[in-house]
Amino acid sequence: MKRRRIAVDTVIYIFLTLLCILWLLPFFWLIMQSFRSEPGQFIETFLPKSYTLDNYVRLFTETNVINFSRMFLNTLVIAVCTCIISTFFVLSVSFCTSRLKFPFRRPYMNTALVLNLFPGFMSMIAVYFILKALGLTEGDMIPLALIIVFSAGSGTQFYVMKGYMDTIPRALDEAAAIDGCTKWQIFTRITLPLCKPMIVYQVVTSFMAPFVDFIFARIIVRAEAKYYTVSIGLWSMLEREYVWDWYTRFCDGAVLVSVPVAVLFIVTQKYYREAMSGSVKG
Amino acid sequence: MLNEKTRLPGGKMLGTGESRMMLLQAFSRGGPVIWASALLMGLGNLVSGQILKGSLFLIIETAFLIFFFMKDGGLARIAALPSLGDRAQGEVWNEEKGIFEYIEGDRSQLILLYGIAAVFVCVLFVFIWRASVISGAEALSARRAGGSPSSFSDDIRELFDNRIHRLLMFLPSAFLLVFTVLPLVYMMSMAFTDFSREGDRLVLFDWVGLRNFTSVFNASSIVGKQFWQVLLWTLVWAFFATFLNFIFGTLLAMMINRPSIRLKGLWRTVLATTIAVPQFVSLMVIRSMLQPQGIINRLLQNGALIASPLPFLTDTAFARALVIIVNLWIGIPYTILQVTGVLNNIPKEQYDATKVDGCNAFQTFMNVTVPYMMFVLTPYLITQFTGNINNFNVIYLLTRGEPITVGNSAGDTDLLITWLYKLSVDQQKYNLAAVIGILTFIVLSAVALITYNNSRSYKNEEGFK
Repeated sequence: MKRRRIAVDTVIYIFLTLLCILWLLPFFWLIMQSFRSEPGQFIETFLPKSYTLDNYVRLFTETNVINFSRMFLNTLVIAVCTCIISTFFVLSVSFCTSRLKFPFRRPYMNTALVLNLFPGFMSMIAVYFILKALGLTEGDMIPLALIIVFSAGSGTQFYVMKGYMDTIPRALDEAAAIDGCTKWQIFTRITLPLCKPMIVYQVVTSFMAPFVDFIFARIIVRAEAKYYTVSIGLWSMLEREYVWDWYTRFCDGAVLVSVPVAVLFIVTQKYYREAMSGSVKG
Repeated sequence: MLNEKTRLPGGKMLGTGESRMMLLQAFSRGGPVIWASALLMGLGNLVSGQILKGSLFLIIETAFLIFFFMKDGGLARIAALPSLGDRAQGEVWNEEKGIFEYIEGDRSQLILLYGIAAVFVCVLFVFIWRASVISGAEALSARRAGGSPSSFSDDIRELFDNRIHRLLMFLPSAFLLVFTVLPLVYMMSMAFTDFSREGDRLVLFDWVGLRNFTSVFNASSIVGKQFWQVLLWTLVWAFFATFLNFIFGTLLAMMINRPSIRLKGLWRTVLATTIAVPQFVSLMVIRSMLQPQGIINRLLQNGALIASPLPFLTDTAFARALVIIVNLWIGIPYTILQVTGVLNNIPKEQYDATKVDGCNAFQTFMNVTVPYMMFVLTPYLITQFTGNINNFNVIYLLTRGEPITVGNSAGDTDLLITWLYKLSVDQQKYNLAAVIGILTFIVLSAVALITYNNSRSYKNEEGFK
């Protein structure tokens, strides 16, 4: 019996190790390519023949064609604003739907469910036309348009947060109400501090959205290279006319974007798991 | 203070203040002043001393009336909706000056947008109007009862207490209305027009009724044939993507969960890297690895395993299998995260029972683990399924919907959602894109409703306890 268990365990260990190698191989390859000194998209061997740091330096110093540092800054500004707005929206809506009873609560929740079923890209063109009619698609207004696009839908993304708030005992609210707290005070002094783990999760996910999305950004920004976000920039490095020169720098950019996002994710993984299990209970 | 409402049966929620009057009650109890306030908003509030609130209502009404009746205002916008404009742009002979004058023609797209927006404003106004009548009647009845109606600062204070939902919900709802609901209605209405590059209908277009729908449903037309093909592939894809991920993810989670396996956190974290790295990075990397001269083909050729590059992205069968396999790489970690917690909750007696009955490991897995997980995770599976129907990233970033047959607008790996994107962004056939969008929504809600209603977790909530 024991021998059999050890045999099974060994097989599982080998399997898991192989799987993990398979899982990490593309990323390992990407990182190696980012240090490659040979130009072009395709090379003969799995690993580069020689390595250099030059690609990284050139990514930030050669700014006449694709200005990566500006793209990074653009994205950072948009991400911070988006993060503040959508966290505030999600917290407000989840507090109201979880804690309060008001006339349009049910209709609002049902509408949100239905809206979530519509594919996001379906109305993308319409959103673009609306932003254009408001004059937000030209020049310096483009970042504002992007912030609106990334945070506009957050009013429907409250189910996970609401599920978490539902687990906070109502007795706390009632006790606070007896002590003379207004609802605002209950919201800011009791509910919010208790939701801290989920707020971290919410902040991180909404902060990452502008970094990882490129479809919406591409529709809004179009050819205005000055307002590119990193993801559009990376995408354009793979366009036919750039790919030969820029492929290794694309790898650099990809690494530079992925590392912070991945670190943020691993740090907040605990909260993420909590959020996922919360959504099942809800 | 806690009032009666906090102990409502079932609701168990803090009440939000006194019970509100209904519109009819307001009219029947309010008397002539309130009847008049239906025309002159805020009158009820003004008469009973709520000067600020009353004038606010009055200002809103004036603003709305100006908006509605001014030149190019709401009324004109709504009146233009049926025709969607008919003046083509061009040059017109001006008799007086004796020259050709350039006139900017109508732009149906803007007429449609402004028309719908005007309808939205009108609906919104009706709600404000209703609120004003009720608020006036309440103020009046408070005054008649001998008390004084709430002052403006009272109202502000209420906004932070019993009516906090108005304060907190206002901005999110407003954003939702303007940037989600309005665009959806706008887009959906395009499905009934001929707004398309086809036939040069991008500037001026007209209502065409259900014509787009009939051509999409007609399996013998070009669009119709592609639609049925894409729909079928979308469902096949969503099925495989969801259930393969689920089964493999569950198996892996069970392996890691074995009591004798160590380094559980390490395995989970390593496998979660595909969640952590942005999809557009990981998928674009995979795409470049799979090119004909990409590294995978190179290695296979160098190892003399194949003579010529494998057509990973250019052969239909290859490409379809590929997106499903790569999706495993992306999707399994999500399942592991989701499943790990649930696995520990499976009652041990059920496993003991299978042991008594002499089941092998596979039978136990199929007869105990999978049914239990399916039961608990049905909502998760539904969201995964609908999420896969809408899985834009994996398809678009990996294959861009290709391979594509010449003359078609949809490739062989295109889902409804990526086809929709191509139709609107690349091909500017907005009317067809809108039809596809509406149909996608119908498919999604049908899937969600049917599975939800048939799932045992819905029919029999007490079943697994």
